[in-house]
Amino acid sequence: MINFSEVSETNAMIEKENLDVRTITMGISLLDCVDSDLDALLVKIHDKIYRSAEDLVRTGEEISRDYGIPIVNKRISVTPIALVGAAACRTHEDFVRIAETLDRTAREVGVNFLGGYSALVSKGMTPADRLLIESIPEALSRTELVCASVNVGSTKTGIDMDAVRLMGRVIRETAEKTRDRDSLGCAKLVVFCNAPDDNPFMAGAFHGVTEADRILNIGVSGPGVVKKALESVHGRDFETLCETVKKTAFKVTRVGQLVAREASRRLRVPFGIIDLSLAPTPAIGDSVADILCEMGLEYAGAPGTTAALALLNDQVKKGGVMASSYVGGLSGAFIPVSEDQGMINAVEAGALTLEKLEAMTCVCSVGLDMIAIPGDTKASTISGIIADEMAIGMVNQKTTAVRLIPVIGKDVGETVEFGGLLGHAPIMPVNPWSCEEFIARKGRIPAPIHSFKN
Amino acid sequence: MKRAIITVVGRDTIGIIAGVCNYLAENRINILDISQTIVSGYFNMMMIVDVTGLEKPFGDLSEELAALGRDQIGVQIKCQKEEIFNLMHRI
Repeated sequence: MINFSEVSETNAMIEKENLDVRTITMGISLLDCVDSDLDALLVKIHDKIYRSAEDLVRTGEEISRDYGIPIVNKRISVTPIALVGAAACRTHEDFVRIAETLDRTAREVGVNFLGGYSALVSKGMTPADRLLIESIPEALSRTELVCASVNVGSTKTGIDMDAVRLMGRVIRETAEKTRDRDSLGCAKLVVFCNAPDDNPFMAGAFHGVTEADRILNIGVSGPGVVKKALESVHGRDFETLCETVKKTAFKVTRVGQLVAREASRRLRVPFGIIDLSLAPTPAIGDSVADILCEMGLEYAGAPGTTAALALLNDQVKKGGVMASSYVGGLSGAFIPVSEDQGMINAVEAGALTLEKLEAMTCVCSVGLDMIAIPGDTKASTISGIIADEMAIGMVNQKTTAVRLIPVIGKDVGETVEFGGLLGHAPIMPVNPWSCEEFIARKGRIPAPIHSFKN
Repeated sequence: MKRAIITVVGRDTIGIIAGVCNYLAENRINILDISQTIVSGYFNMMMIVDVTGLEKPFGDLSEELAALGRDQIGVQIKCQKEEIFNLMHRI
């Protein structure tokens, strides 16, 4: 039978170390809503999402009360809208109307984000894909809860450089259109390479076409728990370090598994995957950077950071896969800057640069995330940064992503405040040298040689 | 049998166990195990209880216990279904 110290350990994790289930995300296929009449399509989209998810928030709260574990977010992901709207949308405005319908529906069911205003264009763009991508700035400026993502590359297909070039412009335009809110629109826009179909985390979640009609994906968290566990083995050897991370990841994931099973049973929606990511929040003590510091680095970004992060990421996975049979999504350690107080401290101390963050993304999920850059950064430079990050994902057969925020009207030395889970961020300097001619080339980068496994 | 874990933490005072047990009896909840210590004036108790006979939603039980602790006794009371501990600490 359970003993006193085990109960105390679990409750200390929840109360003092910020253990929580970060999100229950319901994936909903909208493929059966497709209609060539836009008004009919909007009604079908609204009704399907509403019918599927009307009990999601209430059920999440009930589970939270039953087990005493916070479930921070309840969210929805839908089929990439470029596919759903292709038959009905002729203009940018048509796609924006879908975004507004999604926003309204998300509000009605009470979720805090809805992802899937997306296009998958890793090899090329259909006219509908292009229309959707070009409509993103308007869509994100006129909605609050909708998140957009574009997959521009994969290990199997290479990188669509036309889409990369376009995304540089779209990110800038989104920043311009939401400049009154410190370019917040860009915090809801992710560019991917090898985007997973079952990611529960925003802003990059969408319901892939390989998925069932409805599915529940769960994102766990717990950087604070890992940090606390590592404090107890301070200065010990690497084997002890790895064992501690692994055991902690196991415990954290089991909580996710419990919530997943319960939510699936109560909502009568099949369970998809658990995403094992260590997702930080701006709360003190809920930081991935702090774990790296606990391992022995003065700041995240110091020499040794990439090795420490590689170790952390690997051990989290090794502990997590034992705890759940279905693991997927992004699964690793997230290193967003604005959402992690330790990362912010490192940037402010001058210890962490964009280039070091890029190196770190080679060994963890996901990518250059929530990084504020000067508002006058050129579109081609943004595209260049995207291309670099996509190349890392393509060659290493992993997911990489870029979520940059060019904060219009602000420059290096200033800070931007997004509030809530999105946190605040110092503006980071960007390499000033031009890549304009490289980005101006048309076409795509071919798939790497090791993708030919057949 | 459906089991839940009740934890009570706070400054020691008269009637903590009595208050909690009375509430449990009124709600047809049987106590299976109790362990309790006092460390430098602080009261710590864990109970394993059988909630099979509970007639109200489990969420109401945990909220009422929390309110009882907060408003009447002056301690923190948590009531959680047992599975979260089993899953976390047993393979």
